[in-house]
Amino acid sequence: MSERIVITATINGEQHEFLADTRDSLLEALRDRVGLTGAKEGCNNGNCGACAVIMDGRLVNSCCVLAAEVAGAELETIEGVAGEAELHPIQQAFLEEAALQCGICTPGFIMSSKALLEQNPNPTEYEIRFWLSGNLCRCTGYDKIIRAVQRAGEVMRG
Amino acid sequence: MVAQKQYKVIGTRPIRHDGTDKVTGRAQYGADVHLTGMLLARVKRSPHAHAIIKKIDASKALALPGVKAVVTNADFPRPKEGASTADEGPPQPWRFMVQNFMAENKALYRGHAVAAVAATDAHIAEDALALIDVEYEVLPTVVDVREAMAEDAPILHDDLFTKDSTPLADAPSKASNIAAHNQINRGDVQAGFAEADIVLEREFTTKMYHQGYIEPHNATAHWGRDGRLTVWNSSQAPFNMRDSLSNILEIPAHKVTVVPMEIGGGFGGKVGMYLEPLAALLSKRTGKPVKMTMTREEVFEATGPTSGTYVRVKIGAKNDGTLTALQAYMAYEAGAFPGSPVGGGMHSLAAPYNIPNVLLDGYDVVLNKPKTAAYRAPGAPAGEFPGDAVINEIADMIGMDQIEIRLKNAVKEGDEQPWGGTWGPIGAIECLQAMKNSPHYKSELQGENTGRSIAMGYWGNIGLETSSSASVNADGSVNLVLGSVDIGGSRPALAMQLAETLGITAEDVWPRVVDTDSVGFTFFTAGSRTAFAGGWAAYELGLEIRRQMTARAARIWECGEDEVTYDDDGILHGPKDSEGKDREMTFKELAGQLTRTGGIIDVSVNINKSSVGPSFAGHIADVEVDRETGKVQVTRYTATQDVGTAIHPSYVEGQIHGGVAQGVGMALTEEYHYDPEGRMQNSTYLDYRMPTALDLPMIETILVEVPNPGHPYGVRGVGEVCIVPPLGAVQGAIAEAIGVRFTDLPIQPQDVIDALYDD
Repeated sequence: MSERIVITATINGEQHEFLADTRDSLLEALRDRVGLTGAKEGCNNGNCGACAVIMDGRLVNSCCVLAAEVAGAELETIEGVAGEAELHPIQQAFLEEAALQCGICTPGFIMSSKALLEQNPNPTEYEIRFWLSGNLCRCTGYDKIIRAVQRAGEVMRG
Repeated sequence: MVAQKQYKVIGTRPIRHDGTDKVTGRAQYGADVHLTGMLLARVKRSPHAHAIIKKIDASKALALPGVKAVVTNADFPRPKEGASTADEGPPQPWRFMVQNFMAENKALYRGHAVAAVAATDAHIAEDALALIDVEYEVLPTVVDVREAMAEDAPILHDDLFTKDSTPLADAPSKASNIAAHNQINRGDVQAGFAEADIVLEREFTTKMYHQGYIEPHNATAHWGRDGRLTVWNSSQAPFNMRDSLSNILEIPAHKVTVVPMEIGGGFGGKVGMYLEPLAALLSKRTGKPVKMTMTREEVFEATGPTSGTYVRVKIGAKNDGTLTALQAYMAYEAGAFPGSPVGGGMHSLAAPYNIPNVLLDGYDVVLNKPKTAAYRAPGAPAGEFPGDAVINEIADMIGMDQIEIRLKNAVKEGDEQPWGGTWGPIGAIECLQAMKNSPHYKSELQGENTGRSIAMGYWGNIGLETSSSASVNADGSVNLVLGSVDIGGSRPALAMQLAETLGITAEDVWPRVVDTDSVGFTFFTAGSRTAFAGGWAAYELGLEIRRQMTARAARIWECGEDEVTYDDDGILHGPKDSEGKDREMTFKELAGQLTRTGGIIDVSVNINKSSVGPSFAGHIADVEVDRETGKVQVTRYTATQDVGTAIHPSYVEGQIHGGVAQGVGMALTEEYHYDPEGRMQNSTYLDYRMPTALDLPMIETILVEVPNPGHPYGVRGVGEVCIVPPLGAVQGAIAEAIGVRFTDLPIQPQDVIDALYDD
């Protein structure tokens, strides 16, 4: 049943080699094997988006990807978003717009927002809502999150 | 509106102190705890909603390599007599608390814990669950509140007898699922109805709803060989939990430490205790730390959602809109153990209006569903919604504006409360006027199949005990130590109240939430109490620091303490020096001299205040109904609320936004679907269907500030009342849009289709 495999992947620009159970999801591997606990488990079935990471340029729910699938992949997690000295404009906008309360969904929202703004730098309110409808937030009613993404878009467009 | 005092820090919008950790993934939540040698544990749960547990055989599970221990109810000390007051709501007998986190001889709801297993790996623990054999004798199930009250209903507890507090009640002769019957009674409702021109009677139901916090429950425990228990978790109530663990596990309180990690939402649902005692006992058995996390399915099926309800309401009004009488029969599901929030529902139904004759009968009813827990203004949404619905219907019948009929009847300072007592300064009328003057209410409703309606909300809020300490550093910064878990921005709210008192900036204060060893007893983060009670504690800490700073300045200047003044900018002024110059020192300058002039300043306080300010709210909803699909879209929404004083307006607005979103979910999409055997049919987020970003518009907030005179900065709670009005506002807006007055929530697309195309 239980079998261990060695996986090599690039995570936030650095090459990582780790041992995972063949049954581990990417989320479990990141949290329990690599020690990156920024991606959160809210549902473990792709409904809530709290575990969102970017895999080879594509936004994925890491609970729905097997760890074994990421061999050789490039992964970006919430831990890799900020620069060395300063926050990413999306992170800064979330703070300035008070777009988080408990904060458990925040890493997922930031990863989803980043994936959105990188492919659509000037989304409409509807496009933001549509894109983020795979991320559940129970505290904010989304209002301030939408505003934060709009603000971050403005900053990123320069 | 009352004139506002000018503040320097209060009312500004600083970046929250814990923000950077939370946007970078560094914040440590309960599930992020990792201890050396840690075991992972899972819970074996009953597949039946009502069954006698005849035998539990864990031998096969224990034989699985990697499995270290299995515990059941029999492994816990027998519960003591008496009741715990650790939960938000009525006191709960210890035996019920124990029986809820681990079934004793009966499983009372599907998902009820029957055993817990610890193993070296999460996958092994999961495999072990299937190897625990439990023999059940399945019993008839009851999952509807009215059926549970029937004479011939299956009885959950042989030893539960109705506590009837009404004057003419007979002593119960047999066990019942009706745990309690309470009344609010004022005047003479029959006379009130006789006086009315219109009497309306309607029946309403709401479903069981879950708080829906994104972070599942978790607990990590280490029972050291020295007999000390440490628990790391995401709880709203670390001190209440420490005391409960001490009582249940029979360890002195000072040998239990609860370490509150960041908490990923709670809304009342993380006040109670589920995994902690199991993890503790498994750790005691194995000598190793044990970590447990729930799956989403477990969160839905085996934590504490809110009551499904049945409410029959009868209201009398004159043709000019004067309300003459209000009567209601309110039955609330408690789940498998007593303690529904029916009292909250009764108070909220009766609170907003001066109705001379009121008779409310509330019933607390057990049935085969998970034991309910607090959920944001517990009981109030389901209690106040029927009142708003019948008042809106009467307004339409007599051709009166929905706001005007409420203004005619709304409570104000000095009015008598239906349950006895008198209203202090409150903002019910101010909220109604704010709605009336809002751009939203003044705007024209556009399009077909659209409707607009309003509703009110009331919540009493609570005070209770809070401990806190603070110390002044040599550079003039201040550390603030808190016992209250920060669930949605209380760190800045409390730091700002200390900063205001001291005349320094919010950024000069560093607030930290600490474990139960490191500050005195502090009640749970719930009941909208934290900004009120924690803020008061911060204010008193500030006053004491000011007093000591003043004394220190007097010592340095060699003058009397009464010759030193401490101004609102944190500058100390003394008598003129020998050369006739003004003497002054900033807070920071003086802080730098503390060590050399007698030591740093380090103060602590404990407060317990009951002068809470009740909250009122008024909301306006616009909806558009799709006649083909039955889907209701909320197209515009405005929330007014008397917030007392908005300490950090962004987080006050955020609380209101969140309450609105949850209330809209109650009105339109969320519900527990049960089959007749008590199996939840939709225990995933997708099927339970909380609002997503696409389901809501921007939510306009209007902060009405009627300061609470019972707080140094006028604070009222703000977190709860905002969930109350959306139910009535959305239901009313649908009625205006398509002429159908739904009485059963949620109003799902199929309900709309059924109502529109009956034949």
